[in-house]
Amino acid sequence: VTAAVLHGTAAMAAAPARRRTNYRLRRQLKEAGAMAFAVPLLIWTLIPIYNIVAVSLEAHGDVFTNDIFPSKPSLESFWIVITQGYWYLEYFWRQFENSVYIGLATVFFTLGIGSLASFAIGRMRVRFGWMVSNAALLTYVIPASFLAIPFYRIMGFYGLSNNLWSVIAAEVTFATPYAIFIFRQYGVSIPIELDEAARIDGASPLQVYFRIYLPLMAPALVAVGTYALLLAWNEYLYQFLLLSSKKSMTVPVALAQFLNSDEAPWNYMMATAIVYALPPVAIYYAFRRRMTAGLTMGGVKG
Amino acid sequence: MADVVLRTGEAFPAVSMSRLRRLWRPGGLQGSEYTWAIAFCSPYVAVFLAFVAYPVFYGLWLGRDPELYFELMSEPIYQRSVINTILYLAIGVNLKMFGALMMSGFFMRRGWWVKALLLIYVLPWAVPALPSFISIHWMLNGQWGLLNNIIYVLFDIDGPGWIETSRWLSLGSVIASHIWKWMPFWTVILLAGRMAIPQELYEAAEVDGATGPRRFVHVTFPLLANLYLVCTLLSTLFTLGDFNSVYFVSGGGPALSTHVLATLGIRDAFEIARPDLGVAVVMSALPLMIPLVVLLIRRLHTTEVAL
Repeated sequence: VTAAVLHGTAAMAAAPARRRTNYRLRRQLKEAGAMAFAVPLLIWTLIPIYNIVAVSLEAHGDVFTNDIFPSKPSLESFWIVITQGYWYLEYFWRQFENSVYIGLATVFFTLGIGSLASFAIGRMRVRFGWMVSNAALLTYVIPASFLAIPFYRIMGFYGLSNNLWSVIAAEVTFATPYAIFIFRQYGVSIPIELDEAARIDGASPLQVYFRIYLPLMAPALVAVGTYALLLAWNEYLYQFLLLSSKKSMTVPVALAQFLNSDEAPWNYMMATAIVYALPPVAIYYAFRRRMTAGLTMGGVKG
Repeated sequence: MADVVLRTGEAFPAVSMSRLRRLWRPGGLQGSEYTWAIAFCSPYVAVFLAFVAYPVFYGLWLGRDPELYFELMSEPIYQRSVINTILYLAIGVNLKMFGALMMSGFFMRRGWWVKALLLIYVLPWAVPALPSFISIHWMLNGQWGLLNNIIYVLFDIDGPGWIETSRWLSLGSVIASHIWKWMPFWTVILLAGRMAIPQELYEAAEVDGATGPRRFVHVTFPLLANLYLVCTLLSTLFTLGDFNSVYFVSGGGPALSTHVLATLGIRDAFEIARPDLGVAVVMSALPLMIPLVVLLIRRLHTTEVAL
């Protein structure tokens, strides 16, 4: 009898245990399935980036071989880029400086123009503010490349051809609508009572803007600033059309010029590409959370 | 906004209501305040007039001659570019957005390695467009490119010249590159959309027996549908204007067979120095663009904080 009872309890205890192992097995299977999915995804994502790194590490003669891994990896190409030791790279740092200059000016003007406009529309509620909003929305949906031809001509009329400011104007034009959206969305979360209290205490609109609006908007300013910088860093077409001399062009324009040369020095190009890509990647990862929050807050722009 | 203003009146009972209303009545700014508001708006208005409105009207003026469009219609390169653009949008945008929708579901999984993978997965978006597209261009080189080297090592056969021989292979490469670059971006957007769905909804659905695919069809997708539609419309517009993928991956080749409207317009305007023809190429996209823009703006207005 005791044996039967023992047997019975053992069976009763075994059932949930089996269910638990079953459940664990199923979870492990799912995890394995996810990993099996992750591996091709990882390869797909990394192959072009691996290609940049691998080619940049190759010696000058090894580019035209069928190696998958560089046979004698060396940092020589990076040294050539940094010291401007190749005739295509003779103004590399000057061009890098131009890119930085354009990027920073774009950030500054986008934040300034965008926050002023959104303050007037969203906080001061100026009459016809909706018209400004709609103008921004319209700009936002026009593909930038579609406006390039008349834009190029008009820069000639303004006397800005081969001038960095023409590129800055273009980048600011296409970054500001996004800035206005985000600022208006974010501004809703700041109590308007703050503005009113300051106004009743005698602050002018300019003081409210500088002392209350801007400090409270800091997270949105960071998100939009990062966005504007990356936009200017990513952009090629306008920089290519508007900048023609070697000293005024930016790194991407110089990189694309390499492509058209007879024997393209691929290892130098890829080393240049890495030097150029590092700052935005670093900035992106530093402000990733802020940027994602900003992107999902108001609108999207690639 | 209007109710915010009303509530404010109650929040400051000590201050006379008439004074508040004079300060903040919508559009009722007075005197120097009105001047300030106008001054704050004017930089953006100036940018818009000088760099958007003027180029738009100048472009319309450049492309005003109907003859240009007849000239285009009879041009085989243009006809091919129209087909390429349609394929690029139909295949590229839908594959990318559907892929992003699926990927955002994958990245909802818990666990440290999924989070680490997400950091790597967004790399194509973080790296500037030009370096990666140039890299892909070289990677697809039939003779020396990495892709064919790998194919040779793995299968012992010579891969095709991806961008040098066939129009369809080349267009496919361009579309794949576009997806590679932009799918992570839309995944991040849709991931944020999924995260905004309250967990209780899922729990309630689970009690009602909706799990796995049924949960996706009956709970997740209906809640994401609007976001998905807005993203798809926006992405279609951005892809229509995408110059870099085509220009750097295939360069329009082989034999000008993979141009899209955005690259063909630039080619006509600057390489063969016919700006009027280039503008006409771009303008011929308007019949597609205008309905998209109208639909998008309507969607954005009806669902205010859609994204």
